[in-house]
Amino acid sequence: MIISRQKNQDELKKALTGLARVFLVGCGACATVCKSGGEEEVFRMQEWLATGGIAVTGSVVIDEACHIMRAGRDLRQHRVAVDEADGILVLACGSGIQSIAISSAKQVVGGLDSLFLGNVRRIGEYEEKCSLCGECILNETAGICPVTTCAKGLLNGPCGGMAEGHCEIDDGVDCAWHLIYEKLKKQGRSAVFDRPVAPKNWSGKQKPGRHKVER
Amino acid sequence: MSRLKERLAAKEFVVTAEIAPPKGGDATLAIEQAKKLAELTALNVTDNQGANMRMSSLALSGLLCQAGIEPILQMTCRDRNRLALQSDLLGAAAFGIENLLLLSGDHASFGDHPEARSVFDLDSVQLLQTATGLMQGVDMAGKNLSSAPLFFAGAAVSPEAEPFDLMFLKYRKKIACGAQFFQTQAVFDPECFAGFMQAASPLQVPVLAGVLLLKNARMARFLNANIPGVKVPEALVERLDQSDNPLAEGVAIAREMVAVARACCQGVHLMTLGHEDLIPEILSI
Repeated sequence: MIISRQKNQDELKKALTGLARVFLVGCGACATVCKSGGEEEVFRMQEWLATGGIAVTGSVVIDEACHIMRAGRDLRQHRVAVDEADGILVLACGSGIQSIAISSAKQVVGGLDSLFLGNVRRIGEYEEKCSLCGECILNETAGICPVTTCAKGLLNGPCGGMAEGHCEIDDGVDCAWHLIYEKLKKQGRSAVFDRPVAPKNWSGKQKPGRHKVER
Repeated sequence: MSRLKERLAAKEFVVTAEIAPPKGGDATLAIEQAKKLAELTALNVTDNQGANMRMSSLALSGLLCQAGIEPILQMTCRDRNRLALQSDLLGAAAFGIENLLLLSGDHASFGDHPEARSVFDLDSVQLLQTATGLMQGVDMAGKNLSSAPLFFAGAAVSPEAEPFDLMFLKYRKKIACGAQFFQTQAVFDPECFAGFMQAASPLQVPVLAGVLLLKNARMARFLNANIPGVKVPEALVERLDQSDNPLAEGVAIAREMVAVARACCQGVHLMTLGHEDLIPEILSI
């Protein structure tokens, strides 16, 4: 899931400068779970905008705002309200914001910052486990990703900052390589420790990423 | 040819120290400071140490070469991708720099540019492999070089890190990837260090023990709280705390560690942090 949080009010106010009427868009997927852009947050945003003298011409929570065609369809269904607005305020991740920008000529204001691809520990508590690096090494690292969970993304074992199994940047963070070592030891495997791991091939991560499933 | 390499090959007890490039564009003072240490085998030149931005270690190392002082060029993976690291290595060769200490590098969050994007395109093991490849005349892309550089590539190790086996797995990897010598993180526990050397000696790569001059108890506590990989035992902190002359006590502690090094490894790397004048005293037997 894409973890996101609302921009602070000062930043948002600045971004909304010159807009008297906005159409509000939320997202029914990740931003709903993160409580940053679901039904409830869209409603609260409408109230907050009113206190600042910004009228809301209408709103929609798109099933998955990252779905470009669906976002376009939902905007068309609210064409009158969208046309009345000076701009569209989107409470969705960066992907969702851009689905809307693709689908409308209006000024689009993003209300969220997208943080990372996250696992849900419990509601309101998210952890980054995968950085979508394009070349997965998990089969050799006991299912623990060093690219993401090592602060330096090291591929050949812990750095000199490891202290009693903790990471040098924060005592409260486990050293990924310590976790990998302990788990492999329990499994009786040496896996990633058997060989020097070659430098990562980042060529598969050229931006912008595109992927088409062959049928 | 690298004096460091020659002396280690001759099984001499080697002493290195380190200097930091200036936070500014004039290296005159740093070179003056280095000249005072010219009698040591070689001088490490730190690379944005602690992730604090300074003059490049390559520039100061090049200037030291020109001044007839032998540098150990420290290079970290934090600030440069594989293209920049390789081109700097070739640049180092052009200056006549042979000694390298190849490191991962402290995390950017420790330094004065915490908003920087850390690179870590390579890690220290891969950078060692890269330097080894360049010496064989081939870059990381498999392209031939017009001339192959000559390096004496070293690496770092934290002998007191726990778990020992995990730390040692990486030590082995570094040797397999071309580490020709090691300089250790500051060590304070003689038994622990001797234990490490017992495991390391059969691998036959020279080790220089990191000896850090503790100036007082406050500094020791600061190191424990803020410097990754440094652990001053409580007993030593107390010794410094109870001493009337903490600096003299710090020198005594460093001398004890040098004595341990003389007994079980091939040299020391001294970190005296502004008290370079005390180096002869620390080395005196």
